[in-house]
Amino acid sequence: MELLSGADMVVRSLADEGVKHIYGYPGGALLHVYDAIFRQKEVSHILVRHEQAAAHMADGYARATGKPGVALVTSGPGATNTITGIATAYMDSIPMVIISGQVPSAAIGSDMFQEVDMVGISRPIVKHSFLVKRAEDIPEIIKKAFYLAQTGRPGPVVVDIPKDITDPNLKFEYQYPETIKLRSYTPPSKGHNGQIRKAVDLLMQARRPIIYAGGGVIMGNASTQLTQLAKDLNVPVTNTLNGLGGFPGSDCQFVGMLGMHGSYCANMAMHHADIILAVGARFDDRVTNNTAKFCPDAKIIHIDIDPASISKTITADVPIVGPVGAVLDGFLRHITDYSGSRDQEAIDAWWRQIDEWRDSRGGLFPYDKGDGTILKPQQVIEALYEVTGGDAFVTSDVGQHQMFAAQYYRFDKPNRWINSGGLGTMGFGLPAAMGVKLTHPDATVACVTGEGSIQMNIQELSTCLQYDLGVKIINVNNQALGMVRQWQDMMYDSRYSHSYMESLPSFVKLAESYGHVGIQVTTPSDLRPAMEEAFSLKDRLVFMDIRVDANEHVYPMQIKDGSMRDLWLSKTERT
Amino acid sequence: MRRIISVLVENEPGALSRIVGLFSQRNYNIETLTVAPTEDSTLSRLTVTTRGNPQVVEQITKQLNKLIDVVKLVDLTEGSHVERELMLVKVRASGPLRAEVKRTVDIFRGHIVDVTSSVYTIQLVGTQEKLDAFIEAVGHAQVLEVVRSGITGIARGEKVLTL
Repeated sequence: MELLSGADMVVRSLADEGVKHIYGYPGGALLHVYDAIFRQKEVSHILVRHEQAAAHMADGYARATGKPGVALVTSGPGATNTITGIATAYMDSIPMVIISGQVPSAAIGSDMFQEVDMVGISRPIVKHSFLVKRAEDIPEIIKKAFYLAQTGRPGPVVVDIPKDITDPNLKFEYQYPETIKLRSYTPPSKGHNGQIRKAVDLLMQARRPIIYAGGGVIMGNASTQLTQLAKDLNVPVTNTLNGLGGFPGSDCQFVGMLGMHGSYCANMAMHHADIILAVGARFDDRVTNNTAKFCPDAKIIHIDIDPASISKTITADVPIVGPVGAVLDGFLRHITDYSGSRDQEAIDAWWRQIDEWRDSRGGLFPYDKGDGTILKPQQVIEALYEVTGGDAFVTSDVGQHQMFAAQYYRFDKPNRWINSGGLGTMGFGLPAAMGVKLTHPDATVACVTGEGSIQMNIQELSTCLQYDLGVKIINVNNQALGMVRQWQDMMYDSRYSHSYMESLPSFVKLAESYGHVGIQVTTPSDLRPAMEEAFSLKDRLVFMDIRVDANEHVYPMQIKDGSMRDLWLSKTERT
Repeated sequence: MRRIISVLVENEPGALSRIVGLFSQRNYNIETLTVAPTEDSTLSRLTVTTRGNPQVVEQITKQLNKLIDVVKLVDLTEGSHVERELMLVKVRASGPLRAEVKRTVDIFRGHIVDVTSSVYTIQLVGTQEKLDAFIEAVGHAQVLEVVRSGITGIARGEKVLTL
């Protein structure tokens, strides 16, 4: 058997796990590991400019591929800088392994230089964590970390490694385990057959059914089964923010995103449904509005791999714990065997009602295009959708631009829409786009952002130059923190407390100074040609600074404490 | 409603802090907590008493089960069970009170485990209610110091919580 030092074992274990890229930043506690990285070629390391970006890159990679992303950071500030990134991944159940350096074992607890209790600080926002005590445990711990991160309900796992454990002079037998078993952890591999049969019976007898599908469909790699089921049953489908792309966005059965900024049609259909099939979704507060008024007539079938997600906020009538793919396979089988009859008339009437909700508003997300002198943010996303042929990987930051992207870019494939849904992390978009671009170098990758969010990780423009990451930055610039401003308009009599920024940089010059291309767009007529130019520059990072109307609001918007159907439809109309 | 949840966890560093952290993170109550290794040194047994409506208790057990270190758990209050708490209490015992305290200890089937000319240290085992009743009987004014272990418990009959 081969003898390796702890530092070499860390890197070899990653290589044996099939990791191609790690995103990180060196420092004292990790110098042995960085030396080991230097002496090999299998794993390539991407040097970020801030550790938060390393975590978001790993996250972006994971959302685009379904495989765990890996970040490598030093002790103390290196570790704490990843916390926002870990919390982001935890909230959205994203598989990730974060390897942090730690001060030498004997010094732990002595407040040594760059010491922080990483396992303690990250505890509430990780699926699990390890503090490595012996070098010979490294292969097994790393294997466990990857296994835990990507099985069951996925999530981030922290591996904290004290410096002495990576001592290059101490060598141990190395063997990377092929499989791992943990007696205290057995993620479900299938759903309960009796429950599935019960759910199918309910669905077949439904008069006003709807499928409400979330991010679990994407992470569970089950969009094929979901689409098949929706087709077999001929029922409308709505997606959560994180579920977009799990069902084709341009399909006629798709009624748009639901929830706080969901479509009128999706929210009305949910409110009036008699059977809701919730698939890999968690009845988040941004979906349900007031839970006491949530969908009064509906019986709820809830499929989720995490039993703790079921009946947490909304009680399920038919709970089904299991991987969504395997459970939906069961649904498809039982539907084929179903011998009862279906009330076709009721389903037809339901579709007529849904079409009316959709058409009475002139589509899923109608908006006022104004007099054509001022650019609307919605137009930017519509142009992006057309210019990229609807086939780009789109990452986003957080705010109005995020909601517009979710509403107007119609995702037909899973893993294409990458945003921080649960935590709402500004600064996520650019590093996430970089993680995607590294793994899909030939794909079109666009980061939809705003002038507020982009400045939270703007330093990564430097990393993009170093590694030739030709992402397209679509800066929907309204010179205001748009979502904050919208709430201030609606709830604080337009008192704009700290929701605008003075002294914005020239983003064009900024992009150029980092060695990229900058384009500014100020008028509606310039938008389309500028965007076509940006996307024709295949290998270059193009920063599009697009000036849009600061007074635009995101609609529909659920009215606080109401039911799902209580919506503002514009500044003056409500349901 | 009071619940006694008994948890079998991996005897690993950090396991206890994950469990305690879960309660504070999710705004659940801990009334008492006891923990010690079991006869299998790789496992620890932890008993926690908490309060909450059935939905809250369901979430507590589900969230505990989600922790990677948690092997198994049972809500003892769902079935018949035995629960015990140990208390050491220091009571003033001088003059005519001395004999009275001794009598009360006997009635409650306690033991005097340390004696000075003015103080008895008494060990008492029982349910929470019994320990509370003892303090009432002796009188709060006589009690100098109380230390209680927190509740531990086990299901009655054939039912066992093991691997």
